[in-house]
Amino acid sequence: MIETHPMHGLRLAGQAVKAFAAVIAVMLLQGCSMSEAPILFPKGPVGQAQLDLLLTAFWLMMIVAIPAIVLTLFFAFRYRSGQDTSAYDPDWGGSWKIETVVWLVPAAIIVVLGTLVWTSTHKLDPYKSLASDETAFKVQAIALDWKWLFLYPELGTASVNELAFPQDRPLSVEITSDTVMNSFMIPALGGQIYAMAGMRTELNLIADEPGVFAGRNTMFSGDGFPDQHFKAHAMTSDDFEVWKTKVGGASAALDAKTYLDLRKQSVANPVAYYSAYEPELFDLLLRKYAPITGPLESEAAELICRGGA
Amino acid sequence: MLGRLTIDAIPLYSWVAMGGAAVTVGGGLAVFLLITYLRAWKMLWRDWLTSVDHKKIGIMYVVLALVMLVRGFIDALMMRAQQAISLNNEGYLPPEHFEQIFSSHGTIMIFFVAMPFLTGLINIIVPQQIGARDVAFPFLNSVSLWMTAAGAALVLISLAVGKFSTAGWTGYPPYSGVEYSPGVGVDYWIWALLVSGIGSTLSGINFIVTIVKNRCPGMHLMRMPMFTWTTLCISILMAFAFPALTVVAAQLALDRTLGFHFFTNEAGGNMMMFANLLWIWGHPEVYILILPAFGIFSEVVATFSRKRLFGYESLVYATACIAILSFTVWLHHFFTMGSSANVNAVFGIATMIIAVPTGVKIFDWLFTMYRGRIEFHPSMVYTIGFMVTFVIGGVTGVLLALPPADYLMHNSTFLVAHFHNMLIPGALFGYFAGLNYWFPKAFGFKLDAKWGIRSFWFWMVGFYLAFMPLYALGFMGMSRRMEHYADPSWQPFLIVAALGAVCVLCGIICIGIQLYVSIKTWGSSADVTGDPWNGRTLEWATSSPPAPYNFAVLPEVRDIDAFHEMKLRGTAYTPPDRYEDIVMPKSTGLGPILGGLAFVLGFSMVWYIWWLAALCFVLSLVCVGIRACDDDTDFVMPAAEVEKIERARLARITPSNMHDMRPFVPKGAASGLPMPGGAA
Repeated sequence: MIETHPMHGLRLAGQAVKAFAAVIAVMLLQGCSMSEAPILFPKGPVGQAQLDLLLTAFWLMMIVAIPAIVLTLFFAFRYRSGQDTSAYDPDWGGSWKIETVVWLVPAAIIVVLGTLVWTSTHKLDPYKSLASDETAFKVQAIALDWKWLFLYPELGTASVNELAFPQDRPLSVEITSDTVMNSFMIPALGGQIYAMAGMRTELNLIADEPGVFAGRNTMFSGDGFPDQHFKAHAMTSDDFEVWKTKVGGASAALDAKTYLDLRKQSVANPVAYYSAYEPELFDLLLRKYAPITGPLESEAAELICRGGA
Repeated sequence: MLGRLTIDAIPLYSWVAMGGAAVTVGGGLAVFLLITYLRAWKMLWRDWLTSVDHKKIGIMYVVLALVMLVRGFIDALMMRAQQAISLNNEGYLPPEHFEQIFSSHGTIMIFFVAMPFLTGLINIIVPQQIGARDVAFPFLNSVSLWMTAAGAALVLISLAVGKFSTAGWTGYPPYSGVEYSPGVGVDYWIWALLVSGIGSTLSGINFIVTIVKNRCPGMHLMRMPMFTWTTLCISILMAFAFPALTVVAAQLALDRTLGFHFFTNEAGGNMMMFANLLWIWGHPEVYILILPAFGIFSEVVATFSRKRLFGYESLVYATACIAILSFTVWLHHFFTMGSSANVNAVFGIATMIIAVPTGVKIFDWLFTMYRGRIEFHPSMVYTIGFMVTFVIGGVTGVLLALPPADYLMHNSTFLVAHFHNMLIPGALFGYFAGLNYWFPKAFGFKLDAKWGIRSFWFWMVGFYLAFMPLYALGFMGMSRRMEHYADPSWQPFLIVAALGAVCVLCGIICIGIQLYVSIKTWGSSADVTGDPWNGRTLEWATSSPPAPYNFAVLPEVRDIDAFHEMKLRGTAYTPPDRYEDIVMPKSTGLGPILGGLAFVLGFSMVWYIWWLAALCFVLSLVCVGIRACDDDTDFVMPAAEVEKIERARLARITPSNMHDMRPFVPKGAASGLPMPGGAA
């Protein structure tokens, strides 16, 4: 009835498998570069816990996924027409036993995974400060078009497109945006969170070892989006002292006027350091988008909240 | 007079944009000239454009979907080409153009390929599956079609006049707000969604009423074919979910046009509300696209395994579960927006629960194949390809449903790979299976199987090549929507993905060849009986193509596999004692006219041509008024004419071209216990 020979599909399947195997080979050859995959090789406990969770869930699901795939291919082959020696049961439309298994086994896996979701989501809540002997190193990150501005309240300094922090202390990043929605992420250290104007989000991360990690905005935000990345330096205390001195000695200071200039759109902004920044800049930016009537407390506040508009 | 429409709207600024405009305008012109050359305008208008026949409307929907598939796929090919070469350079597309392409790709594939494709298949088949003569509201059906077409036309014309949105298919503010996207692009996106969204809402209502009210005697709910069941479920989703999209698009339009502050950064606007409202539509939408495909797979797998569908009741309840749960998971699209752990965990768990009924479906299809006699018809091959591939997408979906894992993978190419992994095998393969399966029903001859199989393999291999590297790139930290990148280790993966896109291109070309070859040799593959595959459900009881009234006498149903049971009983082709007059809806030009007005209305709103928009709005109301006052919308097809058509048809059906039903005759006594899916 159907013109195609049943084996035709199988022959083509063989070809497809060959083609696919070739691709996998190409990918394996790229294996060395896969070791650069920051998510598979995290450099901090947060990223590691998130990855572990992902892998646990993956293997749990294989209990259902592998039988489904194998049985599909096996049944398609075993019960192909023309193979009329195999059993044929045209009116067999149901079996309570099978139904029970196919409802309950996935349901059981979901119960396990659901429990895992509940505990892990609470454990890995990005707002939760990380347990450590050291106090957290606080940083305020501000998304701009198309760069990241980092304020260091502890140091009183600021930097653009470069984030530095001591490696042995938890890193607590307060995040907002003075432009469209962005998403702040350092893949090697863990997950991301959105940056939104007038709103404050928070990410708590920690680096196990010193290193330079790529960080970026993952949320499309306009023409300069592809270049909106930065380097995150987790530094030993010695290196960090050097870095502090370097930034503290920078000639520029981020006053309200300088900030307004910085805020203008720029692509692939070079790294910049500021030895000081406008006090309360982060809070001013949160207030900038609140519907405030009446004059603000200072000229700088006026400039930051209304001068740019 | 012309608002902000000036000569600058013509894309003379870039050769790629100019090329796109030239192809669009040239294509339109070529079609126009061809129809003129064939002197087919009158026929086209009388027999097709103004028709309210659900089968013709369905065919027009599918044609629209296939045309837009080509357009949407060209976008995909251009993106893959760009990313394959743009390591540390600008590639061949400037950022703004790349952004328009990824925005239009998503918008087109969701709204103007998947939606019309499934609506078209539903239109052609569902009334026949439930033994009805048409949908409940045939004129409304025509309006829905033309609204969808008007939306598609708005996206197409944005290539030639002005620019399309750069804000992605989800158009998140504040980026899509007037402060950051001042041009006409986002307005094109909004009005395409608003206009076509009305069409989808009306379709949903129409199908709900059709399925609830128009079933033939004996077709109670638990005897409806799976495709009809999935249609009922998604129609309810459409009627409830699309209004949310209409509201959110209208709010964004108010922000942009009249200076409102729903979603702006300042003055109390809140972009998080947009994300919520968009995904309250957006997540049910995923199931609106996928469930009809599940229905198609259910029909195909039973027919080509030559076996009753396994676990019919289970499949019905699984479908209903999915439909209800689909409204409870929208927040998983923005776990990273900073909700509390409790909120994220609840939505994560709700999302995972959907995996249970979905998994059940896969196993029910599996056990339909078990102890069958499987024929590798293209639609069956698509089904098997779907089952294998979709499982992978399901696994990655559950991974993304774990909020902490989602923090890692959100906004990455892993996410892109995941949803393509759901929508290409899960939705598109289903529609292609439906196309191969039901084509003879719509046109009276079969599609060439050889080219169908070839197109499947190109799609399948192309899919794996294009999206498996994107999964890997997600782990390597690549974000979606990057016009260029600086990491050399990404490039090999992107080159493989581009090769995958070329492979899919071959798949699309194969579908074109399949159509061409089939049409050229249609006489040799004609479907005389109306039942080319030894089908089981009622749509195979009509002739191919069906008479305008589908069923001369409404059938009486005794089983889930109604037509199969009739064939076994030997009553499938028995002429009735006498024929009756049949009341049929008249064709009307008001559908295409309303569609045209909606298009001009949308276009003038995009360009701020207020007087024209107002005029179109008033004229639309006038059209609706005219229709409301028209009491003469039906005509009667006399019994004599029905009898003539039916006699001619039955004369062609001889025992020699009927299917051999002997293998299906039950052997021995029934085996005792009632089983799920068993005959009632």
